[in-house]
Amino acid sequence: MSTKSAEPRLLGRILGRDAAIAQLIIVTLVIFVLMTVLNSGRFLSYYNFESMTYLMPELGILCIAMMIAMLTGGIDLSVVAIANLAAITAGVYFRNPIVAETMGAGGAALILHTIAGVMIALMVGLAAGLLNGILISRLRIIPILATLGTGQVFGGLALVLTGGPAIVGYPPTWNWIGTGKLLGVATPFWIMIIVASVVAILLRRTNLGVNLMLIGTNARAAIFAGIRSSRMILYSYALSGVLAAIAGILLSGRTNSAKADFGSSYLLQAVLIAVLGGTNPAGGKGRVLGVLLALLALTFLSSGLQMMRVSNFMIDAVWGGFLVLVIAINYLRSAK
Amino acid sequence: MSEPLIELRNISKRFGGVRALDDVSISIRPGEIHCLAGENGSGKSTIIKVMSGIYQPDEGEIIIDGTPVTQLDPIQAVQKGVQVIYQDFSLFGNLTVAENLALNTYILEGRSRMDWRRARQMARDVLERLGVRIDIDADVETLPTSGKQIVAIARAILAEARLIVMDEPTTALTRHEVDALFDIVRDLQSHGIAVLFVSHKMREMLEISERLTVFRNGRKVAEGDMRDFDEASITHAMTGLELNDEPYLAQLSSNKAPVLQVSGLRVPDSVSDVDLTIRPGEIVGISGLIGSGRTEFARALFGMEPAASGQIVINGKDQFPRSVQQAIALGVAYVPEDRLSEGLFLTQSIERNMVVSILERLRKGLFLDHARMRNRTEEMFDAMQIAAPSADTAVGNLSGGNAQRVMLGRWLLTGAKILILNGPTVGVDVGSKAKIHRIIRDLARNEGLAVIMISDDVPELVGNCSSIHVMHEGRFVAELSGADMTEAGINDSLKSLN
Amino acid sequence: MRIFQSTEAVIALVLILVMFAIGLVNPAFWGVSNLFSLAKSNVVIGIMALGVLLIMISGGIDVSFPAISVAALYITVRSMVALGYDGVMLPFIAACVIGMSLGALNAVIIDRFKMIPLIVTLGTASIIRGLVLGLLGTSIVNINKMPKELIEFGKQDLVSVTAQNGATVGLTAMVLVYLAIAVVVHLMLKYTMIGRSIYAYGGDAESARRAGINTRRTIFFVYCTAGLLAGFAGLLHSSMIWQANPRDFIGLELDVIAAVVLGGASIFGGRGSVLGTMIGVFTLVMVKNSLILMKVDTTWQRVVVGVIIIAATAITAWRDRKKLV
Repeated sequence: MSTKSAEPRLLGRILGRDAAIAQLIIVTLVIFVLMTVLNSGRFLSYYNFESMTYLMPELGILCIAMMIAMLTGGIDLSVVAIANLAAITAGVYFRNPIVAETMGAGGAALILHTIAGVMIALMVGLAAGLLNGILISRLRIIPILATLGTGQVFGGLALVLTGGPAIVGYPPTWNWIGTGKLLGVATPFWIMIIVASVVAILLRRTNLGVNLMLIGTNARAAIFAGIRSSRMILYSYALSGVLAAIAGILLSGRTNSAKADFGSSYLLQAVLIAVLGGTNPAGGKGRVLGVLLALLALTFLSSGLQMMRVSNFMIDAVWGGFLVLVIAINYLRSAK
Repeated sequence: MSEPLIELRNISKRFGGVRALDDVSISIRPGEIHCLAGENGSGKSTIIKVMSGIYQPDEGEIIIDGTPVTQLDPIQAVQKGVQVIYQDFSLFGNLTVAENLALNTYILEGRSRMDWRRARQMARDVLERLGVRIDIDADVETLPTSGKQIVAIARAILAEARLIVMDEPTTALTRHEVDALFDIVRDLQSHGIAVLFVSHKMREMLEISERLTVFRNGRKVAEGDMRDFDEASITHAMTGLELNDEPYLAQLSSNKAPVLQVSGLRVPDSVSDVDLTIRPGEIVGISGLIGSGRTEFARALFGMEPAASGQIVINGKDQFPRSVQQAIALGVAYVPEDRLSEGLFLTQSIERNMVVSILERLRKGLFLDHARMRNRTEEMFDAMQIAAPSADTAVGNLSGGNAQRVMLGRWLLTGAKILILNGPTVGVDVGSKAKIHRIIRDLARNEGLAVIMISDDVPELVGNCSSIHVMHEGRFVAELSGADMTEAGINDSLKSLN
Repeated sequence: MRIFQSTEAVIALVLILVMFAIGLVNPAFWGVSNLFSLAKSNVVIGIMALGVLLIMISGGIDVSFPAISVAALYITVRSMVALGYDGVMLPFIAACVIGMSLGALNAVIIDRFKMIPLIVTLGTASIIRGLVLGLLGTSIVNINKMPKELIEFGKQDLVSVTAQNGATVGLTAMVLVYLAIAVVVHLMLKYTMIGRSIYAYGGDAESARRAGINTRRTIFFVYCTAGLLAGFAGLLHSSMIWQANPRDFIGLELDVIAAVVLGGASIFGGRGSVLGTMIGVFTLVMVKNSLILMKVDTTWQRVVVGVIIIAATAITAWRDRKKLV
């Protein structure tokens, strides 16, 4: 008896008693089937799925970063700028003649400097996230305006560092992060899985996660209950900044370059996927699993449309249309 | 006897399965001052909304000026001269007094142009008629509560009100301001405008009202001339249930060390030089108007008033709580006034609402110990007799009484030794109220908690406290205990303030 | 003493201080040609800002207006080229109608589905831009193909002066258009009931409903007017720079929102004025344009704008600060 019930219970725990998740699974499947039918043979190919595992992670991690900011009713409009700034700062480090020379020798030095580069990028992300967090939690600037402003500052600093053109010539080890394989699966995909699992555990099983949900539900009550709200909000934006930096590493590793205005369409997509994945932009609700499912659905959609030779501009329009559709569906569902 | 201005006959209104109004009738004559009394949840606010056309009754009729009105809507209600002044006044803080006053009239007249000159003239005239001086060019948000109330009344007059309904108008006013309000109300009366007070402050209502209607649990339980009532009979009608009102007797032994000793507590602009000592098992009541400093006093004990100063000794430890976290660690718990906006996380589960303040203690390494979290929740769920399918139910689905018991459960989990309750039974029905009182008394008697109970509800204080302080302008101005501790005593003490 | 409490006075004071600071670093700031070009740079962004002002007073926010502008200007100019039509009046009406309809789209979604305006307008911006670029293409209509009358309209000068180096510099007549629109918006906000209803709705939406204000009409009015102004500004921009580029205005939403916030409008709604917004726009444009005069590398522009946004919002956050609990 007990073994029988264990399985659905585990499944139930992962899926949660969440109607939104079930709905997302259906949407994802419908899009999958539709794209398979419309692109007979090509969509269901190993190559197509492999390329998705390289393209999806950078956006996926940005979406998770966006969701974290939304949990407390905020938003982080600076994620893409942070990603670029982090990648560019690492690129500047690698361009340093001394670093470049020792790295050229290969071996351990190459790996050590790559690790240093990763650390630099993560530190930049952390610092940027902390700045957002301080502006929002201490100076009480509302998140939209604070991150709109810091987004400009970070993007501007990225521009100052590069002087305009893209930074190219990352070391091969760096590119491996974006293009390599581990156990037959794309490295960036592994990284996304790890990030998603860590954040999922963080949100469900730790103090910080539960506190963020509660703050997002009722910020005033959170103070009366003794939650250290402003510290928790600070942490959440710091986390969001670090995740953005990871996305920046993946993006620059994949394209072997970094530029101040890379991936600008990611911002809208990250908001869309977070909301589609069941995150409430007013706060208090959001799940990593939902975001990943929404990411999958929209990756299928845009990959399928690309195969049908729909222009990228039209795909942008479809994404926007999808966002509006999701808003409408969510409204109608909650009105019931 | 003149014909009623408005008459509601045999009104019933259901929300889902709940009968908010059950076959009630009320009639108001032109120019009379009428009082509608009742506890929270008695159907007072529902009948106001029926009267002003916001709710449509399921059964019954509405008769205005002798003619039945079918389907009264808000605009019609306003055209018939019914104006409601809600507790929040519904004014625009960002606009000036003059504009607030003119806006409704202009909307009613269907104007498209904003005539500032006329607006200011209207404002000046109406305020002059009321005999008050208010800067008509000031933003409303800069006015004190009494000023906002006057603007709201003036706005109703400008809308050619024949009946002004005022929801708990005296709660936030000092005695002096209440007198000024009553002068205005008598003046309105002399101009033939009827006023319906919705209130539970019997003492004040006895002073001014001519007629009374009492609601309880959605039914009308009494009505008649004010002359035929006294405080005791009204209170009895309102509460109905003969609550076994033997006052709480703390089992005090003087050798027990005090849990809390406060001396010389000050909060700038709200509390000055308050001393208080509480021993385990004592329930101390604090009575006073809104704005008397009672809430700030509680917040200071709970570490929420950064500018507070003085000495606080908790369990022999001389430490002034400087943050909520510190207060909780010292064993202080605070159940705030407004349960919905300050207390609960409505869309979250009972479990999360209960453990929120002990999350840090439920940590095992990096992670939360879910099994222990569940155990602690279940314990408290049973102890507080919460009626819900499970601890995963969202708190928003609970009744007021159950929700308040979740709040109590939250603080008991922290191991609180000092429980501060601000309005412990606001918005709780009569049956649940008795249950909550019993829980509080048991906690004090059996667990040795020290309780501070702040309430507007004088019978609640008298029935539960071992002693009561009356607070006014930031000070404790009277202390009553033992035989002095009667409703009349407290009401006299409150009345003498100004 | 009231004057010193008004937000406009404070911003104006800041503006004057900044002007003198820039003038001290480089006296060329006070040159006629610089001042004229500064005035010109205010026109398009200023008209857009007036639309955003209305939205912010109502308690909303809009990031879709640059997309609306582009759609209006590009659709109009491309249609003119395709039809071989030349003129001024009709095209501007067309651009306004396009802008207004797109604004109405925002209003429908915000009003019907009760969604946060930021997210709605992010979505509609993406739809509008995607459709314009995807359906109409990305080619720039340059000066050779641009309708001549449109160019002539944008070329008009109010006065022209001969500078020391012999070149003639003119003050564009479009400044008048901007001022006229500003006056109309100001009069509307101050002296009409619909204008006051925007303040009332932004101050307290629930009370506005109770007072009998038709709040749906208010929302539609606000977003449609903002769309109309964006459409108008788009075509005006096109006629002033003699080309129609469907990729224009990318990222402009930040500048405009910054300018409006700088001008004292509250993102929580209920506060803001035309005069303040115009000063805010002027300040932002001036700082951006003067970076070159002050010998600051142009790559720093975005950083400066970002810092201005943060500073302006930090100040308003401080002004609107409430006790958190």
